[in-house]
Amino acid sequence: MEIPYTINARPDTGLYNAKLGIWLFLASEVMLFGGLFSAYILLRVSQPPGGWPHGWLDVRLGTVNTLLLALSAITTLLAWAACKVREFGKFKFFHGCTILLALTFLGIKSYEYHDKWIHYEIQLTNGKIDDGHLIEKSADFDLAKKTGTVTLHGREVDNHVELMDLRSPAAQSAKLDEMTIAAADIKKMENYGPRHNTFTAIYFTLTGLHALHIFGGTLVIFYFWGPGSKLYKTDPERFTNRIEVSGLFWHFVDLVWIFLFPVLYLT
Amino acid sequence: METTVQQFPPFREGAAHHGHDDHGHGEHHEPNFWQKYIFSTDHKVIGIQYGFMALCFMLFGFFLMLLMRWQIAHPQMPVPFFGPILEKILGQPAAGGAISPELYNSFGAMHGTIMVFLGVVPLAFAAFGNYVVPLMIGAPDMTFPRINMASFHAFFLGGIVMLVSFFIPGGAAQAGWTSYSPLATTIPTNGQAFWLVGMVLLITSSLLGAVNFIATIIQLRAPGMTWMRLPWFVWAQFVTAFILLLAFPPLEAAGVLQLMDNVAGTSFFLPTGLAVGGQLADRSGGGSPLLWQHLFWFLGHPEVYVLILPAMGIVIEVIANNTRKPIWGYKSLVYSVLGVGFLSFIVWAHHMYLTGMGQKIATFFQATTMMISVPSVIILTCMFLSLWGGAIRINTPMLFALGFLPMFGIGGLTGLPLGLAACDLYLHDTYYIIAHFHYVVAPGTIFALFAGVYFWFPKMTGRKMNEFWGRVHFWCSFAFMNIVFMPMFVQGIKGMLRRMSDGGINYSAARVPNAIDALPGTAMQMNGVILWAAICLGIAQIPFIINLFWSISHGEKVGTNPWRATTLDWQTPTPPPHGNFAHEPHVTHGPYEYSMPGAAEDFTPQDAPADKTATAHKPAH
Amino acid sequence: MSEQPVSLNSYIRLCAVVFVVVLCTTASMIATSYAHIGTSNDWTLKVAIILAIAVVNAFLVAGYLMHLLSEKKLVYTVLIFTVFFFIGLVGLTMWAMHDFPPGTASH
Repeated sequence: MEIPYTINARPDTGLYNAKLGIWLFLASEVMLFGGLFSAYILLRVSQPPGGWPHGWLDVRLGTVNTLLLALSAITTLLAWAACKVREFGKFKFFHGCTILLALTFLGIKSYEYHDKWIHYEIQLTNGKIDDGHLIEKSADFDLAKKTGTVTLHGREVDNHVELMDLRSPAAQSAKLDEMTIAAADIKKMENYGPRHNTFTAIYFTLTGLHALHIFGGTLVIFYFWGPGSKLYKTDPERFTNRIEVSGLFWHFVDLVWIFLFPVLYLT
Repeated sequence: METTVQQFPPFREGAAHHGHDDHGHGEHHEPNFWQKYIFSTDHKVIGIQYGFMALCFMLFGFFLMLLMRWQIAHPQMPVPFFGPILEKILGQPAAGGAISPELYNSFGAMHGTIMVFLGVVPLAFAAFGNYVVPLMIGAPDMTFPRINMASFHAFFLGGIVMLVSFFIPGGAAQAGWTSYSPLATTIPTNGQAFWLVGMVLLITSSLLGAVNFIATIIQLRAPGMTWMRLPWFVWAQFVTAFILLLAFPPLEAAGVLQLMDNVAGTSFFLPTGLAVGGQLADRSGGGSPLLWQHLFWFLGHPEVYVLILPAMGIVIEVIANNTRKPIWGYKSLVYSVLGVGFLSFIVWAHHMYLTGMGQKIATFFQATTMMISVPSVIILTCMFLSLWGGAIRINTPMLFALGFLPMFGIGGLTGLPLGLAACDLYLHDTYYIIAHFHYVVAPGTIFALFAGVYFWFPKMTGRKMNEFWGRVHFWCSFAFMNIVFMPMFVQGIKGMLRRMSDGGINYSAARVPNAIDALPGTAMQMNGVILWAAICLGIAQIPFIINLFWSISHGEKVGTNPWRATTLDWQTPTPPPHGNFAHEPHVTHGPYEYSMPGAAEDFTPQDAPADKTATAHKPAH
Repeated sequence: MSEQPVSLNSYIRLCAVVFVVVLCTTASMIATSYAHIGTSNDWTLKVAIILAIAVVNAFLVAGYLMHLLSEKKLVYTVLIFTVFFFIGLVGLTMWAMHDFPPGTASH
């Protein structure tokens, strides 16, 4: 059974079906990420002054990721262009690059997540706060039983507020040392995971959902690069359309990052 | 009604060079049971799958309501007959066969969720839309048949998740179908998380469906099927699909955020200083409960138009067909439905008048809410005016369509005091609201959906449903619907709040005789009347259910166009084969060319050969 | 498909230009973020500038890489409505959360 306009465009709209379909889907994705961004804006704006952290994310890693994705958007476009001019070898090369760039992005993201996971804020019984990355926990470390010690690489502050703006001169010039803390002195110990505050919550949610989209997109592109590429031999035009449609999805994912990066890393 | 796969197809697109379609090169192959009924990509099968599942869910949701009405009328008394069964299945929450407040709350939340997301939307949009829209526009199927199948299965999975949640420790979601934070996060049950996961699946299903519908209507209209020749049912489904496409995702986002609150300990919607059970909650705080409400109602309001527009579409089709004349005001109907769709996105905070909003913003939303009533009334007016001068033919679909008109009128008009902020301050969260929205959806939308079932049944099966029992179904449903819901307006105005598991008895004059605004005895007695009417309403559905199944094999056999209708869906064989049309239709007439002067019959199908006489194809406007 | 096959080289040229511009915009966003604007550490102005640059960036990706600039009217009509509704969502919600009757403000 033939459904019309799967490959050739319908004259009055100028579109083939899948192209219209993907743009409609992307419109819904704009509203999805838009909903999350609106949550971000509202949460941030309703914080009291000094309540929103700055500088908690590594700008260098974020910049590298931004450039990786931008480059992958370009290789995606070129992969499609190669299909259009029927240069299969170049298509394979460009989309191979796309996949590698995507995997590198995900690798860097995982590293960043891990960094937050081992970053602890420990409130001590004497009112001070120790903040830093975990080096080791002693074998008998047990918070409930109050035994053992934990060693952090970080600093000690008097007030939680000092931990909020890592771009401030005070934070920039702070010295980081190794500190060993006894479990008996710990009032509360929490890592910089989603529950730590609303910034980490929205950070993990936004970048997590984005990463899922990257992962899904990579799977689709890998499928077309690998097993799905045999359609090129039998129906190159239809295959090219698939590359175009999946490419549009990939470009959208890059678009989201274009806003995520400044919003989370630079402000 | 065997639908055998037809031998090679209807029409191909232009050039001959493409070629390898899904079924191979022009050979028969008979799909097995799984491919034909469970994993079918045919829009008609998918439509029926959706329809069947939706009707089952609606029946289940109705049953939940009956249990709630029992509890309201007889607080804490064991439910007759079903009490012991409930206790056996659910244990402690139904101890002694009575419905505990927690169980009542879960029934309330799930009744709403199931009726809206598993019942009405899948039936009105997905079932009728899937079956009828491709036929009406002259298409062989939807643009993306496999995505269509995926969307059904996502819906099915979502339904399973929702049903399973009844059986987990702590029970199903209990924070209302609106799932407001912080309650939705602090209730000690995983039912809320199940609800959120179920919602994500259902939203995914709707989004995939919406993409399919829009692409299909834009791309697959047969030659000659211009936008202004589309049956209005298709316009209604088109706008509905757009609403789903753009309004659902923010709720999906909010759902993810609330799921994070429930499962990962975040505080997106939890304010600083939240105390639970008298103790400060171990949460970072800094969140906003109002944020959830905004994101929820951003979908929540357009959702109600999703509930009503396909139903209005069905009513228009049935009225045109049974008055034997063109619909009055086709152009107005088209512009109105576009207007409703657009405005529906900017009225949502009229559900939030009591959240402490300032005057300016409340006035903004009040203004847009008043504005949206204009195109809605235009649509209803066109429906009424279409009856004027018509050769009205009474049959079961027409009875339900006619019944829709005053019922939707009542529902819509009672919405006006709610849209006005000052008045809503009193009426919010009372039974007035429950009466208002049930009038629009229950004797409103659901009546239209019944009309649709009786109307399109002959196209699906080649037989008509029994007319006598159809009328019994209609008159009994009509009577009992009104007895169930009309008293609720009165109860609401007298101050009875919604979601009270004891039916308001603790606020009644009997219990607190000196209280100024205690609920009077008359309001309390209505609970008993409503319970009986609800039971009778349930009994009135039995003839429908029996009629539906019995008529599949024993109904009066009819031809391909028993209603003598003009639209393309009635110009196909019955049931339509895979690919729908033997030859690509060429549309030359408008959608409602009934009783055209100079025509041979009292109806002119849309793909009839073009008539030379000027009057015969003058479009109705 | 509606487009004529063009040479791969013209696409490569286009991409090189876009990539260089993206490099520049990214650099300028980072610079703005670290710059000292005004006397106090006022983030509002910085955020506005950075977001404006991000919009330019997005425009490049959407316009050229997704060829939205040469796309059919239907597509960008859908997107314009989408953007309108998104602005409605954020704008009206922000307005609602900041408009209080006098004397009832939360924070």
